Amino acid sequence: MLQLSASGLGCVRGSRSVFDHLNLKLSSGEALALVGPNGAGKSSLLRLIAGLLRPAAGRIELTGGAPENTIGEQAHYLGHLDALKASLTVAENLAFWIRYLGGDIGSLRGALASLGLGELADLPAAYLSAGQRRRLSLARLIAISRPIWLLDEPTSALDAAGRERLTELMRQHLAGGGLIIAATHGPLGIESRELRLGGPA
Amino acid sequence: MTPFSAILQRDMRLALRVGGGALMGVLFFLIVVTLVPFAVGPDLVQLRRIGPAILWLGALLASLLTLDRLLAADHEDGSLDLLLMGTTPPELAVLVKAAAHWITSCLPLVIATPLLGLFLNLEPLAIGAVALTLLAGTPALTCIGLIGAALSVALRRGGLLLPILVLPLTVPVLIFGVAASNAAILGTSFGAPFMILCALSLGSLVLGPFAAAAALRHGLE
Repeated sequence: MLQLSASGLGCVRGSRSVFDHLNLKLSSGEALALVGPNGAGKSSLLRLIAGLLRPAAGRIELTGGAPENTIGEQAHYLGHLDALKASLTVAENLAFWIRYLGGDIGSLRGALASLGLGELADLPAAYLSAGQRRRLSLARLIAISRPIWLLDEPTSALDAAGRERLTELMRQHLAGGGLIIAATHGPLGIESRELRLGGPA
Repeated sequence: MTPFSAILQRDMRLALRVGGGALMGVLFFLIVVTLVPFAVGPDLVQLRRIGPAILWLGALLASLLTLDRLLAADHEDGSLDLLLMGTTPPELAVLVKAAAHWITSCLPLVIATPLLGLFLNLEPLAIGAVALTLLAGTPALTCIGLIGAALSVALRRGGLLLPILVLPLTVPVLIFGVAASNAAILGTSFGAPFMILCALSLGSLVLGPFAAAAALRHGLE
């Protein structure tokens, strides 16, 4: 049973305080939607949890995970940037992350197929549309098993079928005992609690 | 070992495929070395005398050319975030990236040295000495450059900051690289400067990755 908790969390960007005294608690199988206006600190909170930003105050703890790994090493971070190399093919891009992040290379084809990219495996990523790039990033989440998903606007650039597929994947992840924190402006499509940042939108 | 071979393979593939890294550095090296006789005149004796220094300067500048993309490219497309979220320590990850850079950018310079040495009227012994000192000294250039690459990412400044940060730090490598080459040519003690050159390379091999990883960690924002 995983439990992610943060207490008294504060974030300062530049010299501006984005948020402070933020508390959250999330257990296996739960999803948390971060909502709020632009600049409220949704992305910053995700990066704080991923360990890509240092908190100005407070602490983040994970209980029930692998004790020797940091939270970032047990989390997937899906940011605004796709982390894809234009000159590598779709399959090469995914294969690199599987090998680097410690997944099973055998899951590559299955992950691509489940996002509808099976036919494009040998195409250089430079020729992908924005939605297809997003799908390829999502393929990383299912090819490499990590319990925490940190998603920043996961539905952006996705078409209706893609959003449906994402909803399905998130359901499966939660059913498998994972937990999801997603910054979003629209509905996530799964049952989730809501954390509002930055006052009334 | 998989994460390391994954980075090495990807970076080498990128360097060779984009047509960036390897070829660009060698071409730049070629141009710098061919420009020198136009500037100093076709005096063969003089060229032979300053040849090792020219080759070393050319290699130094050419190795810097591709360094600013070493970490900046990964930073811009978000790969660096994910690299830092791997179970591999960042020190080792950047060391492997530096190794890939050395293989694709510096090793071709060493291989091109004999040809360019002929342009400068160097004798076979001198060419061998310069190639050997470049082989021993370029790892130091890459690892010192790695620190600069990490700093320019952490400070979010463009590529121009990198040569300004890195070039002053490469002065000892340049001094002992050229000194060892000249010693071999003049028949004086080659061992001492060459050993110091190797020590500089080994030292920066240890220091570079730690300093670069510290810069990246500090620059997290």
